[in-house]
Amino acid sequence: MSSDGVEDLLRRHAPQVLAALVRRYGHVDTAEDALQEALLAAATQWPADGVPTSPAGWLITVASRRLTDQLRSANAARQREERDAAQRPGFSPAADTPPDADDTLILLLLCCHPSLTPPSQVALTLRAVGGLTTAEIARAFLVPESTMAQRISRARQRVRAAGAVFRMPSEDQLPERIRTVLQVLYLIFNEGYAASSGPDLHRVELTAEAIRLTRIAHAARPDEGELAGLLALMLLTDARRPARARPGEGLVPLAEQDRTRWHRPSLDEGRALITRTLSRAPLGPYQLQAAIAAVHSEAASAADTDWPQIVHLYRLLERFGPNPMVTLGHAVAVAMTHGPDAGLRLLAPLHDDDRLANHHRLYAVRAHLLEMAGDPAGALEAYRRAARLTVSLPEQHYLHRRADRLTGH
Amino acid sequence: MKYLLLIYSNPENWEHPVFLRHPEFLAMPASERAALAHESEDLHREIRESGELLAGAALADPLTTRTVRVRDGSPTVTDGPYPEVKEHLAGYLLLDCDGPERAAEIAARIPDARFAAVEVHPIMALSGQEM
Repeated sequence: MSSDGVEDLLRRHAPQVLAALVRRYGHVDTAEDALQEALLAAATQWPADGVPTSPAGWLITVASRRLTDQLRSANAARQREERDAAQRPGFSPAADTPPDADDTLILLLLCCHPSLTPPSQVALTLRAVGGLTTAEIARAFLVPESTMAQRISRARQRVRAAGAVFRMPSEDQLPERIRTVLQVLYLIFNEGYAASSGPDLHRVELTAEAIRLTRIAHAARPDEGELAGLLALMLLTDARRPARARPGEGLVPLAEQDRTRWHRPSLDEGRALITRTLSRAPLGPYQLQAAIAAVHSEAASAADTDWPQIVHLYRLLERFGPNPMVTLGHAVAVAMTHGPDAGLRLLAPLHDDDRLANHHRLYAVRAHLLEMAGDPAGALEAYRRAARLTVSLPEQHYLHRRADRLTGH
Repeated sequence: MKYLLLIYSNPENWEHPVFLRHPEFLAMPASERAALAHESEDLHREIRESGELLAGAALADPLTTRTVRVRDGSPTVTDGPYPEVKEHLAGYLLLDCDGPERAAEIAARIPDARFAAVEVHPIMALSGQEM
């Protein structure tokens, strides 16, 4: 097998193997080191000797051996425990029985432990469940490797100090814990959802990784509506990637994207998933956002979009709690349905909202609506204000381009 | 989110940490001075261990600063920093933290914020959302 093929295989098996090791031995950090060594051994041996019949079993055996060695040399008391446990079959499940999707979900829940800050949850998830190296995660987040190593090791310590155990949380804790997992997966996805290719190409891997992890979690809990909703939202959003940036021009807005370049299989999968989920599960914000993306995906152009349907979905979304970002989306949909003045009226109160008064998105939406309403001077001012407020380079390029168009440049 | 924190100070003698030389600091009771110095050390340990601190440096005395300008193709080099002010740039921290509130919280805990100021500059990112 080619070394690329082996690498894919290892990546697929890594979280299962880690989950099995953690379940059997505890110690997320030592288990992870042992897994890395087993992966390294496999990467050198498999291309030459061939892939074993049970790749996961092979990895678990090699990592377990390594792990026992480490634990033995690190701690004599621990060694006695290991022997004790080994003499009592049934005390805990054997590590070399094939793990299931549930194990990966438990590992995800552990990495998204509430005692961690969001950046630490993201880092630990990518390291322990995603199987990315510390160097890869550091590169994706544009921070030094030493910083990322520090963040991951602190996160492990915190999880341990919080007394977290490798076990599915109780049914009454589970919804809250899954909500955190959803947030972390969505954070990873958005971090990778970069506008331009080229220097930040590696960030696309984060999007792919987020989708892969969400798929695993969805497989473990297929009836969890919001998990399915998030997966559908990611698929429908990621499908636009080939059309949302033009070389040297930064962002291409939704209205101007060449929709024939949208990735068809992802659109079909996302649409089927959200349609199925909406008819079965209790409604939630991720499902509604996916439904909005699905409506966009069905239209041949911005003008052909079923905007009244989108207005309806935004109204439902607002019932899940006040969120100024949702109001912005709602205002655009209302403007497309009832004209720009109706949209601008919805925006008005947001200018008094501290969270948004200095946010570039408010001015960007305002600029678009003023342009639609035939107020080029007002639009120009709002575009320039938005361009000054954003910290995103692709967004800034786009906003300046819109402003320049109004002045005839 | 990444932020650049610029730490300004107006010290009698340039020696780091600069705030230890500030006249207002020197006028404080000894116990308060010790407490503030401790807080500063704690802050640095905290952001180093949390992985929020990406980089940081203390800058040399403004006397050693040189400003380079190229006019009509010919470079000129002058002694001293660009702006002529009482407060000078004493050092910087490069952070990767949760958001503007956390960046401001860290800035407020830098002792020099009490005597001069700490500027918090968001850093531009390469990613963005379609509009």
